[in-house]
Amino acid sequence: MTDMLSTSRQAAPERTKLIRAGLRRRHLNEAIFRGLGLAAIILALGFVALLFADVVRKGVPAFTQSNLHLAVTFDPALIKANPAPARADFTSEAEFSAASLKWQRDLAMLNWNKVIEASLRAAAPAGFEIETKDLLTIAETDARHEVREAFVANPALIGQTVEFDLLASANASNWIKGNIDRSLGDAQQQLSAPARALIDTFVEDGTISNGFAWSIFTNVDSRAAPASAGLLGAFVGTLWMMLIVIVLAVPIGVAAAVYLEEFAPKSRLTDFIEVNINNLAAVPSIVFGLLGAAAFINYMHLPISAPIVGGLVLTLMTLPTIIIATRGALLGVSPALRQAALGMGASKMQMVFHHVLPVTFPSILTATILGVAHALGETAPLLLIGMKAFVASVPLSPLDQATALPVQIYLWQGNENRNFFEPRTAAAIMVLLGVMILLNGVAIYLRSRLEKRA
Amino acid sequence: MNALIVAALLLVLLGVSYQTGWSRSRALVSADGVKVHSRPQYHGSFVAIWAMLPALVILGLWAWFGGGITRDYTVSMIPADMLSALDQVGLNATIARINALASGYGVTGEIAPWEQAAGDALRSFQMLTFLGVIIAAAVAGGAALIYARNRITARLRARNAVERVINIALLACSAVAILTTVGIVASLVTEAYKFFTFINPLDFFFGTVWNPNNAGTAGNWGSYGLLPLLSGTLMITAIAMIVAVPVGLMAAIYLSQYAPRQLRAVAKPLIEILAGIPTIVFGFFALVTVGPFLRDAGRLIGLDINATSALTAGVVMGIMIIPFVSSLSDDILNQVPRTLRDGAYGLGATKSETIRNVLLPAALPGIVGAFLLAVSRAIGETMIVVLAAGNSPVLRGNPFEPVATITVSIVNQLTGDTDFAGPQSLVGFALGLTLFVITLCLNIVALYIVRRFREQYE
Repeated sequence: MTDMLSTSRQAAPERTKLIRAGLRRRHLNEAIFRGLGLAAIILALGFVALLFADVVRKGVPAFTQSNLHLAVTFDPALIKANPAPARADFTSEAEFSAASLKWQRDLAMLNWNKVIEASLRAAAPAGFEIETKDLLTIAETDARHEVREAFVANPALIGQTVEFDLLASANASNWIKGNIDRSLGDAQQQLSAPARALIDTFVEDGTISNGFAWSIFTNVDSRAAPASAGLLGAFVGTLWMMLIVIVLAVPIGVAAAVYLEEFAPKSRLTDFIEVNINNLAAVPSIVFGLLGAAAFINYMHLPISAPIVGGLVLTLMTLPTIIIATRGALLGVSPALRQAALGMGASKMQMVFHHVLPVTFPSILTATILGVAHALGETAPLLLIGMKAFVASVPLSPLDQATALPVQIYLWQGNENRNFFEPRTAAAIMVLLGVMILLNGVAIYLRSRLEKRA
Repeated sequence: MNALIVAALLLVLLGVSYQTGWSRSRALVSADGVKVHSRPQYHGSFVAIWAMLPALVILGLWAWFGGGITRDYTVSMIPADMLSALDQVGLNATIARINALASGYGVTGEIAPWEQAAGDALRSFQMLTFLGVIIAAAVAGGAALIYARNRITARLRARNAVERVINIALLACSAVAILTTVGIVASLVTEAYKFFTFINPLDFFFGTVWNPNNAGTAGNWGSYGLLPLLSGTLMITAIAMIVAVPVGLMAAIYLSQYAPRQLRAVAKPLIEILAGIPTIVFGFFALVTVGPFLRDAGRLIGLDINATSALTAGVVMGIMIIPFVSSLSDDILNQVPRTLRDGAYGLGATKSETIRNVLLPAALPGIVGAFLLAVSRAIGETMIVVLAAGNSPVLRGNPFEPVATITVSIVNQLTGDTDFAGPQSLVGFALGLTLFVITLCLNIVALYIVRRFREQYE
């Protein structure tokens, strides 16, 4: 005994030294490994922060628009129009609408730019020399449409002067916001020197003023008039699709989950359905777009570019998410609840629908909102069913042509006027992310509230 | 208008029939004091189901066939000599004119007497058929209602009958999943088959040139070689994995093994935000920020990197996949039994040694499964690549050059406004089929591995 102890005591210092040396290396390795882990977290979080910061930095300037306040005179010398047709003069609705369309067409053939030009010249300082072509670059090209529509709505305006709140052109807006290097030579500027000088004068005397860009929210998309391009049409299109997704995906998804989890006999068929659902959840979204193009549009002849097709495709995409989440929630319901219901004489159907399903309501709601938020940002399948067509109207029904928020982002990022549209795309992304964060927030809030109550 | 009338009618029928069954059931109880098998609401639902079904069937048949019948009637009103002179477009225009006359909206121009007559006849035909269908539906519904009401007795097992109907409805809902898969496979296979009648499958799967002639006619379709697209897809996927797997795996290890509880509670949801961001946003980020950054960084060290390249798309796709890898790995690491870890600690291993020598080998199959799922997701990803990969379908191995992928080419060839007549648009389905098969195989293998892994430790 003593012998052994003494030898081990003698050997101890060397072994300790060896172990100590090894320990230092091992602890260093430990620190490195741990550091790598922390670095990975910081990197991942850094990407989140960088992405949001980048989008916000690029997008915020687009929420400012340059308004052009003009006093427009409806000069009879420039607007030579017949009186508007009256319904009483025609026998059928069709002939009246043909006549009023012809009247509007005649009005559209007039050169409304002359009216805008006259108003701009009146607003410019006396004696300011500028060519017509350059002068018109200051106002957005849809200014003349806006003035014309005001006249179509009220032909009695002829001879009067009306104050209009118009938009300055995209190039003017770039110049005012400093998106363009002001020191560049004339050749590289999109606006001529007199136009730039006049814009600066207008900004000083208040004819042009900057304000919050409501046009992003209240206008539809526009190609000819970039400054007035807005998200309203895309937003409503997305709204229609989300409505369809909620109306279809939630009942079908919950019903399917209830069947598979509670009632399905263990059979080949139900096994097959299960495997199917798991695989569908992992099928690339673009394949669902192909399904929509072939089945809904080519085979069933549903209208192209319509929210109904988009909604159906997104419904099929969202279904597996809702089914899987609902099944998980059903699985988590305590067996005591089931046994109590059955013990009181409830049938299995009554047990499920009266007692089990209500308990899972918060989870189903959360899964639904998250599924909808995911469908909201989906782009690729929508491109395949024609929703990338240019649509400059608000879809009034799910059968009208429409586009969607993410597709609008795709369309805007491809616009040639990069200086103007890059901020606008980032602004559209901010709107999209805002809606998604809102939805997620609602999901978290509802879950915590409902779970507390339950 | 018509739809509103139909909906109102159905609602009335629903209410009346439910109420009939309900009150009949109550009457049974109060009259005789007998024990009734089912509760009143089941009798109500029983009668309602009986009444609604025939009405819905009749309305459904009319919705399906009504348009064709009306059109045939309209065509029969056009004089025979005119009809033979009309082509398809002219026929449609004539029918539209007659419809406009029938609706009372009127048409422009001279109205021929036979047009007016046809319009009037069509109007009364529409009115009559609509009334006829409504009345038929109402009568069928009413008859079924009375039949079902008379069947209600104390011993009628109304609950069982209603539950059987609900059960069938539930089964139908779960069959939607199968129908979706069948629909995907059927549409991909039939359209891809049409494509292969234009282009030899061998030229498609083993062709090295991708150059579709979008304005081409027979004999001059262009070349549709898959290999340049496949190589671009694989290159971007590989780059994405190189970014996502180390970061995602280390993040999962740190969060599940090292991080203090508060950090985990904050960092985990924050990383999962990345998973919720739409891919189009990542695409924009890649295009306007990451691409130019990589190009400038490459110039600093003397590399010629394109702003839109496989590298740009791959890096951003990797960022997108990080949360996917990390949350899957996190789950899997948590499933490794505690005893394995405790054994290693008991032997004096440090935390990192335990993780590297015990935890990771034990979790390896699961992590491989997660990795395969991530690969399948990267292969199917579209918007990042559409925006940031440069769309250059040429077979080459340089990741700093623009490439094109399968998904990009689907988007480019199928814009939604082409009819599926030539191989130019049909190729989208052949590509889609390829993509579907690749991702399906990856998913099946991955899910199998993950399930095996779970069973091993259960």
